[in-house]
Amino acid sequence: MFAFLENPKFRGGIHAEEHKAETCDKPIATNLPLPKKLYIPVQQHVGKPAEPIVKVGEHVLKGQLLAYSQGTISAPVHAPSSGVILDVQDFPAPHPSALPIRTIVIETDGQEKWFKYAIPEKPFELDPEEICLRVGGAGVVGLGGAVFPSAVKLNLGRKNQIHTLLINAGECEPYLTCDDLLMQERAVEIVSGIRLMLRGMNAPKAIVGIEDNKPNAFKAMQAASVEFEQISVVQVPTRYPMGWDRQMLRYLTGNEIPADGRATDIGVVIHNVATAYAVYQAVCLSKPLISRVVTVSGGAVSKPQNVEVPIGTLMSEVLAFCGVENEKLARLIMGGPMMGEVLPHADVPVVKASSGILALSHEDIFELEVKPCIRCSSCVTACPVGLLPLEMASRIKANKLDAAVDLGLKDCISCGSCSYVCPSNIPLVHYFKFASGELFSRQQREHKAEQTKRLAENRTHRMERIKAEAEEDARKVMEARAARQAAEAKAQEENA
Amino acid sequence: MNIKPISSPHVSSSRRVDDIMKKVILALLPALGFGIFLFGWSALFLTMVTVLSALFFEAVCLKLKGGAMESYLRDGSAIVTGLLVAMTLPPYAPWWIGVVGSGLAIILGKHVYGGLGQNLFNPAMLARVALLISFPIEMTTWVNVSPFFTGLDILESFKITFSGAEISDAITGATTLGFVKTGFSQAQLLPDLLSDYSGFLAFIGWERGSLGETSTLLILLGGIWLMRQGIIQWFIPVSLLASISFLSTLFNLIDSTHYLSAWVHLNSGALMLVAFFIATDYVTSPNTPLGQLIFGTGCGVLIFVIRSWGGYPEGTGFAVLLMNSVTPLIDHYIRPRIYGRTRDGKPIEGG
Repeated sequence: MFAFLENPKFRGGIHAEEHKAETCDKPIATNLPLPKKLYIPVQQHVGKPAEPIVKVGEHVLKGQLLAYSQGTISAPVHAPSSGVILDVQDFPAPHPSALPIRTIVIETDGQEKWFKYAIPEKPFELDPEEICLRVGGAGVVGLGGAVFPSAVKLNLGRKNQIHTLLINAGECEPYLTCDDLLMQERAVEIVSGIRLMLRGMNAPKAIVGIEDNKPNAFKAMQAASVEFEQISVVQVPTRYPMGWDRQMLRYLTGNEIPADGRATDIGVVIHNVATAYAVYQAVCLSKPLISRVVTVSGGAVSKPQNVEVPIGTLMSEVLAFCGVENEKLARLIMGGPMMGEVLPHADVPVVKASSGILALSHEDIFELEVKPCIRCSSCVTACPVGLLPLEMASRIKANKLDAAVDLGLKDCISCGSCSYVCPSNIPLVHYFKFASGELFSRQQREHKAEQTKRLAENRTHRMERIKAEAEEDARKVMEARAARQAAEAKAQEENA
Repeated sequence: MNIKPISSPHVSSSRRVDDIMKKVILALLPALGFGIFLFGWSALFLTMVTVLSALFFEAVCLKLKGGAMESYLRDGSAIVTGLLVAMTLPPYAPWWIGVVGSGLAIILGKHVYGGLGQNLFNPAMLARVALLISFPIEMTTWVNVSPFFTGLDILESFKITFSGAEISDAITGATTLGFVKTGFSQAQLLPDLLSDYSGFLAFIGWERGSLGETSTLLILLGGIWLMRQGIIQWFIPVSLLASISFLSTLFNLIDSTHYLSAWVHLNSGALMLVAFFIATDYVTSPNTPLGQLIFGTGCGVLIFVIRSWGGYPEGTGFAVLLMNSVTPLIDHYIRPRIYGRTRDGKPIEGG
């Protein structure tokens, strides 16, 4: 009845300052000097960490498997260059905490000698299962930032009979242009990747959604896909967060994914455009995912550009290559400015999730004092999910986390639109992340308490059983003794 | 306390509370300027007294509350409140009406609830209603249109505002709504009651009334500008004006001798100011589009009911306060639909 108040294609969202012009018309730099050392974390994906199979001192070739995937949701990692395994140690992860995680360190030998994998002659005639296997084996994960193992999604798509593969080329985050450049320069390869994905899932058609602020990428993709009827390339309006996969799906198909479900529930699988390129490399060239295009930008970078970076390169080296001005640097971020993570320092490796390295200046982040909420409801208008950020924040402030959950806290995607528009500069997303963390640890505590209770109960039962058994044994002994005594008495009687 | 934690997003829009308030002040200025022009020096004095006392009370409250005072004083919210209070006062009201009005608005209307963003009622309307009930004579003495060049000189005006000089009956009269209400009580009927009424002059604002409420045209322009600036949304003003227009037209068609036409309603009293500047107050109105439509419609209906059948000729203040009081209720029940869920919050059915 009140549907007219709701845009059926796009709700909320913001127009942020794009800052894409700094990098979007410069070619991808492929001349980054090969680092002396590469630091490859065994966990660069959603799921279980990979298990190292190389030994310290061992010589590895470029593309050689370093650690294999464990369990159903996991991904292997490969050597980004040839060299010697220096160590398998704990090393700071590209995460706000910079907590150390298990990392394989390679001292490169500069030979760049490839490990020989067999290259399929007719990649587009491979069995769907074979395609998925190769994608999984190459360590391909979602490169839009979610880093979910791609093969798992392809398999899920094949099992669920999907009707559409949606290729997310929104790239709605300000500053980032790595997908834009990839499409401009390597559209043919991307289209091959999309065709392989379609085959891997037995899906009939693919839609590529590109924000209309990337006209060159759009043209390149259209030209590359013109002979493939099953692939349509369409432009979508530039409005953050268009690249939220569920939003792009709503815009292009008018359908929503159920809150408790997955895209496959409505016959769709969504992949990032850079993932399609990685799939092409994995299947057609047998090249594992060992490098990625990274946007290096921000007010503190003198030569902002896109760089093809081997996984494991320290961000400080990439920043040095692009000319970082340390005196201007106010905040270092991995990813885009809307959802990216702050990094305490740049001595952390580039990983599969690193779409961008932003060295933002004070002018970029434009920080002001936090003021009280004036209930202007700009955040309500901006929320693409349909939440009430101001109400959720006030509940969380009052430590009423359950009330915040009732208001839809768990549906929040942390896109940051609310914080962006807030005229009082209230860190709304921070409240929501804090509350989610609190809820998680509360759940953990409850789980632990339950475990303890169950263990205690088990112990009581066990003790009772042991006691009962002991009593039973004692009774049996007594009975036996009584019987023996009786028998002896009887025998004595008989003897007497 | 107010140190911002480092968390995404790392960029933000440049729009600030201060900018919003500045734009609201700008949008009020044409109507206010016209009111000062229309009623002369006294109007200017009263505006100054009201705004300055609003700032004074704000400063006192902030001081008592402790913490950073300056940045809050500079956010402009106290000036907006002071201006709105001044604009709803009779232009020749004595200075202490302005001071008491500002005090009521800032202290009782805002800070007892916890300050900016916490109040239940619109401060300006709370002050207006409290003044109207407490000081009915001062609050209903309406002077004729008397611009600077024809009205009282600066000294006479000063005496009226600051030393309680008597306002001559010769220069006072009733507002349209008051005149009609009195007429009805004397069994007079409508077309005759409005024989001197000019719809055009009422639209321009060339009539008796509160200091900054008379010009429909200028308030409308200010309001539309605010909408274009994205400061206010259309939901409340449009639903408020539409509902009162609908009801008044309906009743006017049924009985045109007892019910004013929509045009007279729209150009009378505080309606326009309320529709664009008071009912749209962020703090005291609902925060969803549907909630705002309900709120605006409620205001319009209540204004019509009070004007048509109530004891007071004008009902905007009461209507707004009543709707303010149900805003938390509206916000509790009216929520946007969440992605992937029905309006009840259950997940939608999969493909």
